[in-house]
Amino acid sequence: MTQIKLTTPLSDDVVEKLRIGQRVSISGKIYTGRDAAHKKLVELLEQGKELPFDPKGQIIYYVGPTPAKPGKVIGSAGPTTSYRMDPYAPKLYEVGLKATIGKGRRSPEVINAMKEFKGVYLTAVGGAAALIARSIKEAKVIAYPELGPEAVRELVVEDFPVIVVNDTLGGDLYDEGIKIYAAK
Amino acid sequence: MGNDVMESFKQSYEKEVSLTGKEILQQLVENAEIACEEKVPMCQDTGYAVIFVELGQDVRIEGGDFYEAINEGVRRGYTEGYLRKSIVSHPLERKNTGDNTPAVIHTKIVPGDNLRIIVAPKGGGSENMSAFKMLRPADGIEGVKDFVIDTVRKAGPNPCPPVVVGVGVGGTFEKSAQLAKEALLRELGEKSKHPDIAKLEEELFEEINKLGIGPQGLGGRTTALAVHVEIYAAHIASLPVAVNLNCHAARHKEVVF
Repeated sequence: MTQIKLTTPLSDDVVEKLRIGQRVSISGKIYTGRDAAHKKLVELLEQGKELPFDPKGQIIYYVGPTPAKPGKVIGSAGPTTSYRMDPYAPKLYEVGLKATIGKGRRSPEVINAMKEFKGVYLTAVGGAAALIARSIKEAKVIAYPELGPEAVRELVVEDFPVIVVNDTLGGDLYDEGIKIYAAK
Repeated sequence: MGNDVMESFKQSYEKEVSLTGKEILQQLVENAEIACEEKVPMCQDTGYAVIFVELGQDVRIEGGDFYEAINEGVRRGYTEGYLRKSIVSHPLERKNTGDNTPAVIHTKIVPGDNLRIIVAPKGGGSENMSAFKMLRPADGIEGVKDFVIDTVRKAGPNPCPPVVVGVGVGGTFEKSAQLAKEALLRELGEKSKHPDIAKLEEELFEEINKLGIGPQGLGGRTTALAVHVEIYAAHIASLPVAVNLNCHAARHKEVVF
């Protein structure tokens, strides 16, 4: 299947062209964040403060990696389940975030936010954490080191493979899959 | 990850009708090979350390607190093994303990003079999709099937399908949940020793794989790798059912002293 190559930061134009089911390979800087970090990020936004990184055009990868072994940039680093970040995600799309990477379904509120603010939701293969780590070339903690695996990291990725699950039109790849393969 | 899971991936690959599904199963095999070769975790969620202890009644443990010794093992294993520390000390304050302790420890006293320890790290994503229900005795086997299938359907892509489905039926509230967890310790596809329950497992396996959820929930016929059901005596008023989902990282190892 053909792959669309994207480099961060992403523009609205590029994001609006993406459609559910498309394979995308991402290169450039992306940011990590999961439960505890999202709570802190959204608290900062509510207080009118700046985030540890500029979210405009950026991607957040929902991941808490294992510690890097000596000589490695990162440990195993597959996606975590995304619905836990649903209470926070609309606010981040609103301030310019263009994509999130995780696994599993998003809430109607997040899907609406992606339509309204031109964002997408991408999935990486859950559990393929050792394979995925190969496309991560650099990693550094940029905020909340006290959160351990949940700290915010800036990653440099090369051809990081994902699939579009929700696009700016409100499509949902999970619904389509079941429609095709459920036994009648 | 055991050979049983690897074998199961390969068998599922042959049977899977979705191309995306096949592609994902292949990536899971490749991932497991890389993990094995580089000695890194196959999944970043290296789990809650769930430990099952079978303590022979003739064994005498000396020189300290047995549970503290287990926690010390977890502490060293997760630190020296570069595994992720995924435990927060208080469920609401949520501060990471930094060494993946404490473990969840289940102890059983058994005849003999052996000590058997099973370590079964359990991922949070699939644990979160697990469910429990008190059915009425009148709901019977159909009620059990509906609840198990409904739990897998509702979980959809979230627990990283293909999943292993552990089911506990009977006992009390907590007993059924523990049975469901123990069901996950079986070798994949090993059938229940009760013929009627083995048949139930087979029927559930077929029905679940008709849901269309598929690998990673992106559509396909490989939603479950196995369904294991454990049963126990029940109260005349009760039919408790617990469903404990496990992702394809169905990890467990044991040692006997």
